[in-house]
Amino acid sequence: MSTLILPAVISGLMMGAVYALVALGLTLIYGVLHIINFAHGSLLMLALYAVYFLNTYLGIDPYLAIPIVLPVFFALGYALQRGLIGPMSSGSEQNVLLITLAVSIIIENLALYFWTSNTRNIDIPYVYDTVELFGAFIPFGRVIAFFGALAVVPLLWLFMAKTRTGSAIRAVAIEKRGAELVGIDVNHTYAICFGIGTACVALAACLLLPTFYVTPQVGYTFVLVAFTTVVLGGMGSLVGALVAGLLLGVIESLCGLFLGDSLGQIGIFIAFILILLLKPSGIMGKAP
Amino acid sequence: MMKLNSTGQVVLILVAVAYLLGVYFISSPVWMGFTINALIVAVLALSWNVTGGFGGLSSFGHAVLYGTGAYTSAILQVTYGVNAWVALVAGIAMAAAVGGFIGALAFRYGVKGSYFALVTLAFAEVFRICAASFDFAGGGSGLQLKLAPGISNIQFADRTVLYTFLLAIVVLVMLLTAWIKYSRFGAYLVAVRENEDAARALGIDTYRIKVLAMAVSGAFGGLAGVLYLQLWLFIDSSIAYGSSVSIEALIGPIIGGAGTVWGPVLGTLGLHLIGEGAKTLLSNAPGLNFVLYAVVLICALRFMPNGLVGLAGRIGPFAKKESKDA
Amino acid sequence: MLEVENLSKSFGGLKAVSNATLQVPEGSIVGLLGPNGAGKTTCFTMIAGFTKPDSGSVRLRGKDITGLAPHHICNLGMIRTFQIVQPFAGLTVEENIAVGAYLHHHERKEAMAVARDVGKRLGMGTLLDRPASALTIAGRKRLELARALATGAKLLLLDEVMAGLIPTEINEIVGIIRQIRDEGHTFLMIEHVMQAVMSLAETAYVLNQGVMIAHGTPRDLVRDPAVVEAYLGHGAAQRLQEDDHA
Repeated sequence: MSTLILPAVISGLMMGAVYALVALGLTLIYGVLHIINFAHGSLLMLALYAVYFLNTYLGIDPYLAIPIVLPVFFALGYALQRGLIGPMSSGSEQNVLLITLAVSIIIENLALYFWTSNTRNIDIPYVYDTVELFGAFIPFGRVIAFFGALAVVPLLWLFMAKTRTGSAIRAVAIEKRGAELVGIDVNHTYAICFGIGTACVALAACLLLPTFYVTPQVGYTFVLVAFTTVVLGGMGSLVGALVAGLLLGVIESLCGLFLGDSLGQIGIFIAFILILLLKPSGIMGKAP
Repeated sequence: MMKLNSTGQVVLILVAVAYLLGVYFISSPVWMGFTINALIVAVLALSWNVTGGFGGLSSFGHAVLYGTGAYTSAILQVTYGVNAWVALVAGIAMAAAVGGFIGALAFRYGVKGSYFALVTLAFAEVFRICAASFDFAGGGSGLQLKLAPGISNIQFADRTVLYTFLLAIVVLVMLLTAWIKYSRFGAYLVAVRENEDAARALGIDTYRIKVLAMAVSGAFGGLAGVLYLQLWLFIDSSIAYGSSVSIEALIGPIIGGAGTVWGPVLGTLGLHLIGEGAKTLLSNAPGLNFVLYAVVLICALRFMPNGLVGLAGRIGPFAKKESKDA
Repeated sequence: MLEVENLSKSFGGLKAVSNATLQVPEGSIVGLLGPNGAGKTTCFTMIAGFTKPDSGSVRLRGKDITGLAPHHICNLGMIRTFQIVQPFAGLTVEENIAVGAYLHHHERKEAMAVARDVGKRLGMGTLLDRPASALTIAGRKRLELARALATGAKLLLLDEVMAGLIPTEINEIVGIIRQIRDEGHTFLMIEHVMQAVMSLAETAYVLNQGVMIAHGTPRDLVRDPAVVEAYLGHGAAQRLQEDDHA
């Protein structure tokens, strides 16, 4: 058994990096807009379909699809926040959550209607060439995903620390009114932020699909994993999301090893419940 | 028992009552079947209404209560041969216990707002995965009740009798809701929703009230789950604990008017009418009714913050409300 | 009736309240004064059980209630109000007051009867059927008082019940508080409106930077140099005296 643990940990880390990438988008949106975006998983699902169709009908390699999918999803996220969620969410925190829930219901069920519930995947032979890492044989695609996701954290950090837009985002996150007073367009900044969060998801989709699959329901699992990651890492913390994502990947992988595949994800949900319960009330007490 | 304060509300309720009674006279199995489904969801909506409406504790995982009621009853009947009525009571009790347990855990640690929504959702997922994985719950293939029509098995060969039975249950749960609304418990729940600190200062043990609300909600939700089981004689993990159950639980009350007696029922009936209409118009496409529900939900959140009942309340308010300012 | 001894509370490194001691005799109206940020509200939250003190004790009618939950304390007959008044929206004025009355009257009929009675006593008879959210500030302050009274509590901790009111409204509420006191209630009140404190309170305590700096009749307190300095800044007392002599 012990010879299986290390490979399980390694493969868990590979998956965990993707969880972290998805969670990065979510934590960024939470940290700045202070809203829980329930539609995050559905946007991931949508991005996975985008990558799938680009590959299946136009023969575009999923990694080369990044420059196409990324800007499109940035724009989609921007529009979603600016056109729907922002104007609608003047009310309570619960309303925002319900609106993003409604958005996710719409996206998921439209996907079900147009693309049926069939599981789809793409056939990119080279991603299944295995790489040996500490005794574990990891598909090449997972390794790319791992390093791709890791690279985003410093890039995002640099963007936030060094650019004008990044400073504006940080200012709005800390003090909305103050930022407004010094002439920052808050609605625009919110939408930019939502766009970046959605772009994270698009990147995750490009990295994920080669070794994964897509169904209309796939977002639902990811959204819960992403919430867990965000809460575990500390709401709004980029580095926290990365560490938590990796950790959850490992937890899931080990639970799968010991409890069997079908029960593997239960580890994540139990971790989620425990974290939500045991986290100090300072973070919990954000409710209206 | 009911306090109506506008002609709009009276008209709205009369239309609903007329529809529910009209189903007896339109001898259409389609209408009857569709209304039967809506009535079961209405019980679930009334369950969500206790916590989400009166208490402001918005749950995204009410499937955990519904599924627990259905599974408890199904396991007792299928595996242990227990009588359906006994299993019904056990299902309600078990769901109430699970509701109380989740509430006790969550509120002990001060979980609020969106976090409460996520905790309930996570619980529903844990239960769903367990139901799909453990053999005693039928695993991936679900549980099937034996077809044995008869009152003693809560199985009705005659649809009209079944409809009457469900209608009676909805009325009963509405009466219980009205009782809650006009009781000390209901007033305390609203106080907790509006201002928990003020409620505590006024001598309310807010923790106890919230846990109690989860248990009562669990009892209603479990009842809805058992009713579904008795109608279809089959459940599996995604039918019982799936996210669509949780969504249906909250959408009806929000659209109809959360924290009211009629709102959850009106909202659910209205939504199902829209969904059914869309199905007839746009062929029988899966999921399309949910797209419509979500669009209606967004519109409701934007344009009628107090739901249908609140909207109707603004049409022709009775003079009594306009009493003089002092 | 209420004895508070050496109550202390720190938030991080900040000593919000240190060794605060005060007594409220039965049937009296006692003021708790102090400039902004002096720790008055923190004192209230500790006395009423909303936060646990780091040290010290609170006794109500001789019974140690330190660290008890607010609803237990309310059951024992002491209740606090809030500086920022938020009625339970969605309920009528009468139903709001009934939430308080339910504490000792479990039946709706009785609770509503008590609520109506209390409401009328506080001059809210014509407002009972109105939604609470429609009340003016003065109305809300009164409602807060009514809700607290309806619980049957005998000792009321009022947190700035007059802030934001115009003089005629203040006069009305001063009259109401006197009337309630004469019916057998006791008050401890945080107040900024000096005129109100002067006319209502028999004794008052002054809190500054978490420390009780003075105790006496309001008339004595306004002449106390330490109190004047706390409110107006260092050296103020002396300058005032010089002005008087000039």
